[in-house]
This record gives sequence, C-alpha cells and structure tokens, in this order.
Amino acid sequence: MKTSLIWNTTLWIAVFTAAGTMAASAETINAAGATFPAPIYQKWFEEFHKAHPDIQINYQAIGSGGGIRQLTEATVDFGASDMPMTNDELSKVSKYKVLHFPTVLGGIVPTYNVPGAASLKFSDATLSGIYLGSIKKWNDAALKKDNPGVNLPNEDITVVHRSDGSGTSFVFTDYLAKVSPEWKSKVGVNTSVNWPVGLGGKGNEGVAGLVKQTPFSIGYVELIYAVQNKMEYGLLKNAAGNFVKADFNTVSDAAAGAAKDMPADFRVSITNAPGKNAYPLSSFTWLLIPDKFTDQTKKKSIVDFLQWMLTTGQADAQALSYAPLPKSIVAQEQKQIALIK
Amino acid sequence: MGTAVVTAPPQSRARNLGKLFRDGDQITHFVTFLFAASVFLVTVFLVYELWIHSGPSRAKFGFGFLTSRTWDPVADQFGALPFIYGTVLTSFLALLISVPLGVGAAIFLAELAPPRFSNICTFLVELLAAVPSVILGLLAIFTLVPIMRQSIEPFLKHTLGYLPLFQGPAYGVGYLTAGIILAIMTFPFIISISREALLVVPREQREAALALGATKWESTWQVVVPYARLGIIGSVFLALARALGETMAVTMVIGNNTGIHTSLLSPGYTIAAIIANDFSEASGDMYLSSLVELGLVLFALTMVLNAAAQLLIIATTGKGSKQP
Repeated sequence: MKTSLIWNTTLWIAVFTAAGTMAASAETINAAGATFPAPIYQKWFEEFHKAHPDIQINYQAIGSGGGIRQLTEATVDFGASDMPMTNDELSKVSKYKVLHFPTVLGGIVPTYNVPGAASLKFSDATLSGIYLGSIKKWNDAALKKDNPGVNLPNEDITVVHRSDGSGTSFVFTDYLAKVSPEWKSKVGVNTSVNWPVGLGGKGNEGVAGLVKQTPFSIGYVELIYAVQNKMEYGLLKNAAGNFVKADFNTVSDAAAGAAKDMPADFRVSITNAPGKNAYPLSSFTWLLIPDKFTDQTKKKSIVDFLQWMLTTGQADAQALSYAPLPKSIVAQEQKQIALIK
Repeated sequence: MGTAVVTAPPQSRARNLGKLFRDGDQITHFVTFLFAASVFLVTVFLVYELWIHSGPSRAKFGFGFLTSRTWDPVADQFGALPFIYGTVLTSFLALLISVPLGVGAAIFLAELAPPRFSNICTFLVELLAAVPSVILGLLAIFTLVPIMRQSIEPFLKHTLGYLPLFQGPAYGVGYLTAGIILAIMTFPFIISISREALLVVPREQREAALALGATKWESTWQVVVPYARLGIIGSVFLALARALGETMAVTMVIGNNTGIHTSLLSPGYTIAAIIANDFSEASGDMYLSSLVELGLVLFALTMVLNAAAQLLIIATTGKGSKQP
C-alpha cells in the first residue's frame, strides 16, 4: 500500500516534469495593450497556438496607453493600441522602429434614452453641439431638422461620456474634432479629455447603464457592445451626406474609403471617411510590431502569426462582432510584413 | 591539528545561542522588530516612489496643483482641487451618516439586545464588511441610483430646494449618492469595532452607575460610552480611512465630472476615482506624473486627517473623565 503510494507520487511528479519541459520548449511571446480587441486577440492567439503548438502568445489587455508604454520600454515583444502612436511617442522608442498593423475595425454608436423615439438621426453638427453643450434640449431645431416627423420632447439632454481613458473616447473625440472646429480648439482629441458637459460612466457598461437609467440622456458605446447587448442606437450622417447605421459592412466601407489615401505606415484615422455608405465613427485597431528582432525564431513566429491573422484569422472577426479588414488593406499590410527584420 | 582549539569557542557560542533560544526574549524582540520595521519601510518606500514619479508634475505646477481646477489631458494642464473637494466632501457625508448609525447600532447590540440576537446581527454586519466594493457599486447603480433619482433627490429638492446644497437636476449619481454608498461600506466597521469596545467595559462600571441610581440609559450613555470612547473614535477613523481611499464603488456612482459644485446632487469626482479611471490609458509623462502626484496628495490628505484624529483623541482624553 505504502509503496504503491510512493510509486504513484513519483509517477505524477515525472508526468508533471515532462509536461513542464514540454511547455518550456514552446516559444513564448508576450504582448500587451488595447482592451477593445482583446476578445478576438485571445481567440486568435489560442487558434494560432493550436495550429502551431510550439508558439504561445500571451496577451495582457492593460489598455492602449499601457501597451505603448511597455513597447517603448521593450518589456513586451509587441504591443496593441486603439490609436496610432504619435510622432512624439515613436521618437521615444530607441531600440527599434514600430510598425503599425491594422487588425480589425470597430465602430462607435450613439445610444440614447428618449421614450418613443427609435432610430434617431444625428448630423455631425448636432452631435458635436450636444457634446459641446450648445444644444441643450431634445426639441432643438437642429435635432428636429435631422429627424423630421419624430416627436421630440421638450426635455434637457443629459450627456454621458466615458469617465475612464479609452480608445473609444479617442475615436469619438477625433470624429468631433474633424467635424467641429469649435471642438477641435476648445476640447481636442485624447483618450480622456476635459469634457464641457455631462456625466462620466466607467467603461461601455457604465455609459450604457447611465443612459438606460436616465431618461433623456445620450451616450456613446462600442458597436460590439451595442450589438451584444441588443441596444438601440442612432444613425450618423457621413461625409457624403447620407445617414448611415453602423454595422460590419458600413464600418468596413469606411476603411475601404480610406484605403486610397492610406499612408505607408498605416497611422490613419478613418473617422468621417469618404464613401457613400462609410460609417463616420469607425476606427482601426492596431498591432504595434518592432521592425527588428534579435531573436530570429521569435521574428519568424510573429511574421507567421501576422500572415495567418491577415488571411485565416480575418474569418473569425464577424463571429465576434468585429468588422474585418477590406481586401485592399490586407494586401497593403502583407507588403509591410517584409520590413520586419 | 588545531581542531580542539578551534572547536572550543563555537561550542561556548552555541551554548550562548542555545540560551538565547531558550529565553526567546531577544529573538522575539528582534523578529517582531523586523516586522514592525517593515511597515515603516514600506511606507517610506511608497512616499519615495510617489515623490520621484510625481517629479515632472511637481516641477511644472508647484503648489498651484493643489488649487487649480483644470484637468485637461489634451492641453497637459492638471489641477487637483475638484478631486480633493470631492474626496473630502464624500467622506464627510459618509461619516455624517455612518457614525450616528454605527455607534447607535453598536450601543444597542452591546448593551440592550439579547445576546443571541446580538451575535447574529454582528455576524451579518461582519459579512457586510466583507462585501467587495465592486459588488456594492453595481448594486448601487441598479438600485440606489434609480431610487435617488426618482424619489430621494426630487424630495430633497422639493423640501430643501431653497438651500444651495440641494439644487440642480436630479441625475441619481453625484456626491450624495457616493456619500451614501460610502456610509454603507463604512458603518459595518464602526458597528463591529465600537461593539467590541463597549463589550470590554468592566462590569463594575455599569454596576456602580446603577448602584448610584442611574437608569439603564444613563449608565450606558454617561458611563459605558465615555469609557469606550477611544475604541469608538478609533472605529470612526478607520471608517474615514476607508472612505477616503475607496475607489470602485465611488467611481461607479459619483458621475465623474471634473467640476466643483456646491449642490450635493451634482456629479463630482474623487482622487481615487480619477486615478482608477485615467491611469491605464494615460499617455504622456506629464499626465502620468500628475496622476502619481494625486496619489501623493491622497496620501498626505490621509496623514493630515489621521494626525487630526490623534490630536482629537489626545485632547478629549486629557479633558474627559480619567480612566480608572
């Protein structure tokens, strides 16, 4: 009895040690960054690991700012961000140059709580006016003009924005700055800004919760969040002058619209993009990849992953409510992979 | 060889060591000293880190940081006043509610309630103290905030609306809601510790009071409570410390608005909330270091209030009835 117990233990130890060495022999790659694309990144890294058992990519969703910081200090192998790195941030990276690879697209939608008013339309001027605090009532002439025939109440608008710094706010303020010179000069663009009016909710769920509970309020959340929670959301007027509802196609159209003038480094904002059906509050999310690796096996693993992500991986996007990249952009990115040395 | 010569001293040293071990006093002294010192070292290290990393912000804004109302990450202009105001105001509101409630409940549980009931209640109170703040925050969003918006805030506006404290739109979120959720989080501490303090008051004290013809209430209020005063004050300051530093639940219900408002119904901000909200996405050195400086300010605020607490205790003990 006793000996068999000892034997058992020894066997188990042997098994664990073997498993340990096996795990250690796999190449481990560490990445950190944006939270918005984290669900699809986790899925990608898991599937890629299944296809390539020797490569294990760990992703920590610590936020875009954190991803950029860790990449700058070279404590991760690559980063991820919801906004492109600024020139200032790029100049601080000394060990290598950073390449931007768009992975998927996301949209941001206006969500509101106005009893009896479904599918409201917002033109660029009304949305910026509401967030600047110059449009105060739901029955404002500008809102009435956007929504003919809708019975808008004579109630104060309660504005809700994100309280935590986020890529979502970055894209939202980027859009407002493009369509409103007043927003650009008074507030500006950042993950967190000095909001002229309103309440702050933490995360998509915080904003959605406040909007849901506060009658006559308006907020903004990520398209995926709205889709997954079956929320009503409004239409936005795009640069071509059409009111567009956000979905995978209109968001992908925004990227396609921007593809023609795509800068070589992919650092581009596609808010208010041209195109008949382009949804104006759309954005890429990026992987930030160093252009030089000292460890060539690591380099090969990452290059393999990028190739896989741009082809097989894109098929996973819609199932998780992300908009896939248009083909034209995939082709441009595949060329950039060659720059990784 | 010289083994005999070499081995002799260690042997006697070993005997000395053995003696030390047997006594244990010195070792206990040393080990516990190390433990106590580690608390001190961690505090010093914390202040040092906060001080170093807030360097750029301290250099740029100086003392103006404490009085500026602007928090503009785009323009790199940062000031702490709205957050200091929000932190102090919400903590004050919390104590205003939780101290009478907590001390009252403790007096009932320790002095008046049947022991069995008291034990069950205390158990529940301790459970309440263990509820994670994020859970309380979620509960607040879904239950407290609607009640505040639909009933309490309109009522306050209707009855006390002439005061500047109760004006403006009723959002449901704001200083008052944050104060209430903080009160809910802190009063279990006050009950639990105050009850313990009241229970250890010697029986003779009560008996003497009763023998002098005091009623039950007089003996409780004039003899037992003053005797347990130190413990009760201690519980209040523990509650204050928790209220000052509470992050998640407050962030969820305070409205996160960087203005300074007189009305308790207005949305506001606290130091802990802005750090939690902005830290993960803060890019730029000045932004980060301003957030670290806010941490330093919160630390200083806690120190100042704690010191004030100590002084208060010393003052009241000096003047009050001498402990036998």
